[in-house]
Amino acid sequence: MAVEPRKPPPQFVAKLQRALGGRAGWGGFVVQILFVAALAWIAYEIVANARANLQAQRITAGFGFLANTAGFDVSQNLIPYSGSDTYTRVFLVGLMNTLLVSVIGIFFATLIGFLVALGRLSPNWLLARICGGYVELVRNLPLLFQILFWYLAVLAALPNPRQSISVFDAFFLSNRGLVVPKPIGNPGFEPFAIAILIAVVAALLLRNYARRQLFESGSLIRIWPYVLGLLIGLPLVTALIFGAPVTFEVPALKGFNFAGGSRVIPEFVALTVALSTYTAAFIAEIVRAGILSVHKGQVEAGSSLGLLRGSVLRLIVMPQALRVILPPLTNQYLNLTKNSSLAVGIGYPDLVSVFAGTTLSQTGQAIEIIGITMGVYLLISLVTSAIMSFYGWRLGRSLGP
Amino acid sequence: MKRVSLVFTLAVAVGLSTQVATAQTLKTIKDRGMLSCGVGQGLPGFSSPDDKGNWTGLDVDVCRAVAAAILNDATKVKFVPLSAKDRFTALQSGEIDVLSRNTTWTLSRDTSLGANFTGVTYYDGQGFMVKKSLKVNSALELNSASVCVQTGTTTEQNLADYFKGNNMKYEVIAFATNDEAVKAYESGRCDVFTTDVSGLYSDRLKLSNPADHAVLPEVISKEPLGPMVRHGDDQWFDIVKWTLYAMITAEELGVTQKNVDDMAKSDKPEMKRVFGADGNLGEQLGLTKDWVSRIVKAVGNYGESFDRNVGAGSKLGIARGLNQLWNKGGIQYAPPIR
Repeated sequence: MAVEPRKPPPQFVAKLQRALGGRAGWGGFVVQILFVAALAWIAYEIVANARANLQAQRITAGFGFLANTAGFDVSQNLIPYSGSDTYTRVFLVGLMNTLLVSVIGIFFATLIGFLVALGRLSPNWLLARICGGYVELVRNLPLLFQILFWYLAVLAALPNPRQSISVFDAFFLSNRGLVVPKPIGNPGFEPFAIAILIAVVAALLLRNYARRQLFESGSLIRIWPYVLGLLIGLPLVTALIFGAPVTFEVPALKGFNFAGGSRVIPEFVALTVALSTYTAAFIAEIVRAGILSVHKGQVEAGSSLGLLRGSVLRLIVMPQALRVILPPLTNQYLNLTKNSSLAVGIGYPDLVSVFAGTTLSQTGQAIEIIGITMGVYLLISLVTSAIMSFYGWRLGRSLGP
Repeated sequence: MKRVSLVFTLAVAVGLSTQVATAQTLKTIKDRGMLSCGVGQGLPGFSSPDDKGNWTGLDVDVCRAVAAAILNDATKVKFVPLSAKDRFTALQSGEIDVLSRNTTWTLSRDTSLGANFTGVTYYDGQGFMVKKSLKVNSALELNSASVCVQTGTTTEQNLADYFKGNNMKYEVIAFATNDEAVKAYESGRCDVFTTDVSGLYSDRLKLSNPADHAVLPEVISKEPLGPMVRHGDDQWFDIVKWTLYAMITAEELGVTQKNVDDMAKSDKPEMKRVFGADGNLGEQLGLTKDWVSRIVKAVGNYGESFDRNVGAGSKLGIARGLNQLWNKGGIQYAPPIR
């Protein structure tokens, strides 16, 4: 009697059935398909109907407007822009302004947030109370009011351009913003930049070498004099050979405003200060929670090895705390970026102000413009979380499972 | 602001996807018993609530006149205050029946917004206001100035054209609402505030010390301001258009809020046509025979409304200028009611 080899159960099919139909099996699968079809049909109906009605009312639709001339000016543009450029250019100018305020805001929010968190955990009674008070005050007030407060406070505190506060007659602070000398590249600029680059790379290699020596032979090499020499000496020598890398265009008061120089507008300052202090309060709490989540024994173990308090924090506590900190920190970064759209309240020319504001009302194409703007915020947010996820993944790998 | 326009956009999407028997505006308003009218957010003389919360102003009077003509009650108006950038979306979405919010008539607005201008309630032009202490006497002396402006207006483009055309540099700070722009100007952020001249006079009253500020003589653009209605309902377009013409015609004929009842009994053929004693002009519009009397009783003739809101009888004290009747040196002109 031949024994039939036992057939393996059709696992793949069973798995598929479970995945697609849940407990209900294939019947559930049909329901899901119907559900998706219904959703698609509703979406299609909305789009088709809106399009038909736009046509019926002869409201201009489509994205052709992006190639038209904008005809208005913007107070802060990182890329060259004038009123005779197109709406596409306006979009880019607004996007850059949004990104600028977001990146700088994120930098300062992180810095302040970490410092406040450490302060709040500090054994110094007064410092801890001050940091605690900061968090409770700032995170409990509406952001829009804080932005307006900083804007009006900044403006009220500063004099008009004719009475501006000047330092060395080169830096001027007034209610038009901070005007600083503007560096202009000379022929010697390129060698200078290359020299700095070489110095930085060499310094990094040196650091790696020193670290390897420490791990392999236990010898501690003092590299900082060499690093300092590289970073300062090399560019200095190139500057002596090729001449000064930059000259400065010094601003001067002409008519109503300053001519020449670079300017930081007060709207930007107010928005950056408000966004970073506000977000920092939340980040401080996140960091504090992360640090407290690391077991006390870790700190004690570090101390017993003879590490200083700072080294314990940097080498032992932080790497473990970061795993807890990172996901909510990403949320705060996203919030900051999205909150930057409140800029419109104080006249900072961000994406919402110049594109979803002025451009929208000049062209009247609300659906397209709001669509594009929402898409852009979505993209910025997704890229930000992707970067943070990558960082988290690397961190997780370096810490081990 | 962002949230507001988002809501409106969604409203457009929903409104557009569920609509639309647009040719029903008159019937809709009668059924509702209320006219929905988009106005400004507080521009004294044109549309602003008084200390009792009643909306007053030239733009507001247009809405009241339309409500009076349809519902015989000038109070049956729901006023929807709108910022410059939300106004067209509100009209497109059907949130309001008529937009009467000092809106400049331009070709692109007439063609691309799905809406029509019904006439000109006020011939305006863009001007500049500066602090007297700057000792500026002409807009041509404004090179390198900082200028505060409300975003979403023709003003921004005129400004760019003017400074470019005269080879002058400037810095523009654009705010979402008019009040924010005025506040920034007052706080010293800008040397200059610019908007339509009527608006400058109106906004100057809001400043803490109006006498310290001067309106420069240059008028750099044509700004014919008027009401707008949606495309697709010609009857409704006619009603709003002829309501304004009725106010202008009344002034031309010497009909005022006080004497309207006597004038309505006049034997003159023209009066008989206008007041419905002869013919059925009112019915042709979809209104009643006495539509003109209703309008004049509610808000007075055009000149009365002008004087009361922005002219000699108001705090603004703006001269009639271009807004005088055509036979008195201005360009306000109504086609004949016949």
